[in-house]
Amino acid sequence: MSGGTRLENANPLVFQRSGERLLTATDEDENVADPIDDREIFDLIRSINDPEHPLSLEELNVVEQLRVNVNDQDSTVAVEFTPTIPHCSMATLIGLSIKVKLLRSLPGRFKIDVHITPGTHASEDAVNKQLADKERVAAALENSQLLEVVNQCLSSRAM
Amino acid sequence: MAADSALLLGLVEEFVTGQQDSKAEETATGVKNGQFTILQLVEALGLSLTSSEPQTRGRGVQLLSQVLQQCYGNLQESEVEVLVTFYENRLKDHYVIMPHVLEGLKALTKCLVLPPGSAVSILKSVFQDAHVQSLMLAQRSCVYCILINLMDSREEELKGLGSDFVFGFVQSMDGERDPRNLLLAFQIARKIITQGYEMGKFTEEFFEVTSCYFPIDFTPPPNDPHGITQEELILSLRAVLTGSQRFAEYLLPLIVEKLDSDVQSAKVDSLQTLAACGSLYGHKELSEFLPGLWSSLRREVFQTASEKVETAGLSAVSALVASLSRSVLSSDSEDVLHVFLDLILKDCLHHLAEPDLKLVWPSAKILQAASNASYRASLKVMSAVMPSLLEQYNTQTQVSRERQHPDNVLVEFQKPLCSAVFSALAESSAGLQITATRLLTSLGKQSGEVSNDVPLLLLLLVKSVLANHFCSLSSSLAVMECCGALAYIYPEAFAMRMVPRLKEAIFSAVRRRCVTALASVSSQPSLVQESVPVLLQILTSAHTGMGNSFSSDEVTSVCHSLQRIAEQAGQDPEVGQIFHDIVIPRLLGLAIQAALQGETLSHWPAHQVHYASLMASRAVRLFLDGDVSFLPENAFPSNLQLLKVNSCYQTRTVCLLMACVCSLPRSVEIPEVDRLLVELEELSFTCLHPFSYTSAAKCFAGLINKRPEGRTIKTLLLRYHPLSTSLTDKLFSLLGDSELASHAADGFYLLMSDSPDVLNRGCHANVRIMYRQRFFAENSAKLVQSFNSARKAAYLKALSHMVNNLPKQVQLTELPALLPLLLEALSCPDQGVQLSTLSCLQPVLLDPPAALTTQLDGLVARLLALNSSPSMKVRIASLRCILALSHLPDHLVLPFRAKILQALAVPLDDKKRLVRKEAVLARGEWFLLGNPGR
Repeated sequence: MSGGTRLENANPLVFQRSGERLLTATDEDENVADPIDDREIFDLIRSINDPEHPLSLEELNVVEQLRVNVNDQDSTVAVEFTPTIPHCSMATLIGLSIKVKLLRSLPGRFKIDVHITPGTHASEDAVNKQLADKERVAAALENSQLLEVVNQCLSSRAM
Repeated sequence: MAADSALLLGLVEEFVTGQQDSKAEETATGVKNGQFTILQLVEALGLSLTSSEPQTRGRGVQLLSQVLQQCYGNLQESEVEVLVTFYENRLKDHYVIMPHVLEGLKALTKCLVLPPGSAVSILKSVFQDAHVQSLMLAQRSCVYCILINLMDSREEELKGLGSDFVFGFVQSMDGERDPRNLLLAFQIARKIITQGYEMGKFTEEFFEVTSCYFPIDFTPPPNDPHGITQEELILSLRAVLTGSQRFAEYLLPLIVEKLDSDVQSAKVDSLQTLAACGSLYGHKELSEFLPGLWSSLRREVFQTASEKVETAGLSAVSALVASLSRSVLSSDSEDVLHVFLDLILKDCLHHLAEPDLKLVWPSAKILQAASNASYRASLKVMSAVMPSLLEQYNTQTQVSRERQHPDNVLVEFQKPLCSAVFSALAESSAGLQITATRLLTSLGKQSGEVSNDVPLLLLLLVKSVLANHFCSLSSSLAVMECCGALAYIYPEAFAMRMVPRLKEAIFSAVRRRCVTALASVSSQPSLVQESVPVLLQILTSAHTGMGNSFSSDEVTSVCHSLQRIAEQAGQDPEVGQIFHDIVIPRLLGLAIQAALQGETLSHWPAHQVHYASLMASRAVRLFLDGDVSFLPENAFPSNLQLLKVNSCYQTRTVCLLMACVCSLPRSVEIPEVDRLLVELEELSFTCLHPFSYTSAAKCFAGLINKRPEGRTIKTLLLRYHPLSTSLTDKLFSLLGDSELASHAADGFYLLMSDSPDVLNRGCHANVRIMYRQRFFAENSAKLVQSFNSARKAAYLKALSHMVNNLPKQVQLTELPALLPLLLEALSCPDQGVQLSTLSCLQPVLLDPPAALTTQLDGLVARLLALNSSPSMKVRIASLRCILALSHLPDHLVLPFRAKILQALAVPLDDKKRLVRKEAVLARGEWFLLGNPGR
């Protein structure tokens, strides 16, 4: 393949998308409070675009609902994501996108923890440390090039 | 005569030395009237044309040119000849004169009497003496126009110039930068190609001078007065580049090179240009470049993130395959089509074997594109692909994505394919079933393909309809659609085999699906004949209580199905006949019997009667275009008595009456209409049962609408009847009443909206065009006027109902005036008003009128306030409006970004999930606003 940049993982496995969450009667009921649950968090992050492929994180199986853990009462969210290959250089960027999406979409009371599924990436600890460091995340978003890539991942592209 | 020449001299003098531009117009008028001749003008100009001052000479030539521009039609051949010689000489003159000389030549080239030889000599002089690219923009354009004019009228002479003409043109346009002139230049280039001018040794130069603009990157300046778009330039350049096979050796490498670009628009343009080549090029032009082209195409389709690039790439593949399939082979050359397809297959086929990996999709798409291009190509691709797909299918039962090949030539593979489809139908995965039924539908549409297997096929379809595992909504929809499509082609087979099976199954557990299936297959009269009695039988047995097992839902769905059949039939007279003879009498009979049995029939609830009536009205409409006589004896005698009985179960049947009576065309005379009206009126005012009295009122309204003269304002409104105004005024006064105000406001909703069962065009109602607009125009002012009075809420409600039902175009024109009121309505405490106003604002915000921009402050504040409304619907609607606001031009909304982001943090923690979802969407968009990567 001449010209253009070569992709690290040109032919990844593609997984099926889950459908829209089904509406229940309680969803329409004014008087019932719906707690924030795993599926709701998963719905927030599953449609994030992969930085390399025209596919969503869900289709690449980078995020899965069972790796999302939310406790509405304690205001904590923990998300594990799985890079497609152990040497994926995009892992930090993907983690950052997930984190930013959650920061923008969740009430301020939540403590948000985004990390790599244990044992799925070569430099797991380094990436986790970067993602957990508030100041480094904030600094990263000051960088307009990085912010541009993150925003592209988060924009609802018309596919 | 002497006076004239003095006058002419005066005009010339005032123009040349007096610098009065208007004198040119007067001179031209004089020449047109025959007051002076061109020759006299030239004589009068004599001094100025020979002056030693270039400015004066320029002025003289300018006058002559301007006159010529208006009078070129009146010139004699001899005059033209002299003028051409004069102008050719002037080309060598001082540069300030040049613009006027070119204008004059341009006018002369439009002359029909241009003497032979002049065209060539004009061109030679222009190419020789005018250095086109050193001229100003307008003069360059002038040169192109001269070329175009001459090419239009003197094609033969110009071709006599041989390749010199092309050379001259190449020199003239080399370096052109202005888009307007480029469009002209491309137009000339296109003519050179299509009209077959000789290019000789200048072919490559000609290509170079045009292709240097490829791919075009042009952004029109803001407020562009010329309206030239990038698209226009791209298309006209593409027409030049792809116009001749002789460019192939230059163009194809250029395309490969440009495909490596990082700019997406360049890629798309290159791919589209390549696709455009396909129609002209053959294997001779293409063969050498195929490997290079293929590797670029493969990269674009496999790796792109953009759907545009992918689509363009696929159509390029199709175009190449199509052109290779078309070309005639010489005896010693190998078949390039096979070479190319081998390349494709080599790279794509192995991806098909890994159906869970990403590249299976682009590979499948490329193969489809190739096989759809031609018969030969599809044979080759199919023979390579099908065995491996079938094998895969047989080995892995859960493979669900493979049958993506809606091909036109499947003859050889029909057998295995059918069996694959059939076994797929028997599978339990819903996705597989849907794909299989779709494939079956497309197979079925190529009649003949499956006709041998119809019995087997029907068996399977019946099985699928009845099978319990076929329960997911989408798969059963697909099956129904398939049945419908196939039944249209094979009505006899369906009537013989499917309908009886469904009939047997009708009392089993899956009767709901049987009923729907019956409705979907009933597209041909012969099938309707078979299926309708079955449906009626269900109704009868439900009614007689024999099938106590029928739930009211099921009966409703039967009515639904009958209604659907009536709709499908359209204007078919045969189906109309069936409905007339069988369905309507039975239905009316059943309904009336049911009503007379009264309260015991608890499973005959109101909404079901409603369906039946809708159905009847459709049927009547369908039928009555043929025959109008049946109604009186069938419907009236029984119904009229029903109207008097004061049991609500019986009065309900009035809606059946409405269905029949109100659907009649205006020309049909209804007997005893006055008595009917009186009784309906009485019923509508005395009856306490809501369904009955609204039906009666609707029926009444429907009848009045059709009376030659003549409850409701709407009826009159639809006809612009004068009475309507007074009734509307009454409604207005009710708005002021403290108790009835809200109901009166709802009355406006009734007036402005469409009702599905009466008073629409389908029911032959007398509906004047634009009655809504007219009503709005008459009454909005009154509303606005009385707005300041005490009962604000009701007026706002009425207003928002009215605006909501107006067509969008009218809304947009009315909005500036009403905007303050609508904003006011947003802060009205009534939730209904808020909701109705928000729903009318939201579409407006997507395409906002200028008036809105000044009101943004107030709008944002009010929308944000509504975020804390107790009604979730209001919260959702206001969040949607806030989302819509983010699409306004950046400079308008950026000032609100910080405020809105902060405010939207609150609904992120709303107790309702649906509200949170809207808040997330809106906040996400507002975050992107004004940021890189949006």
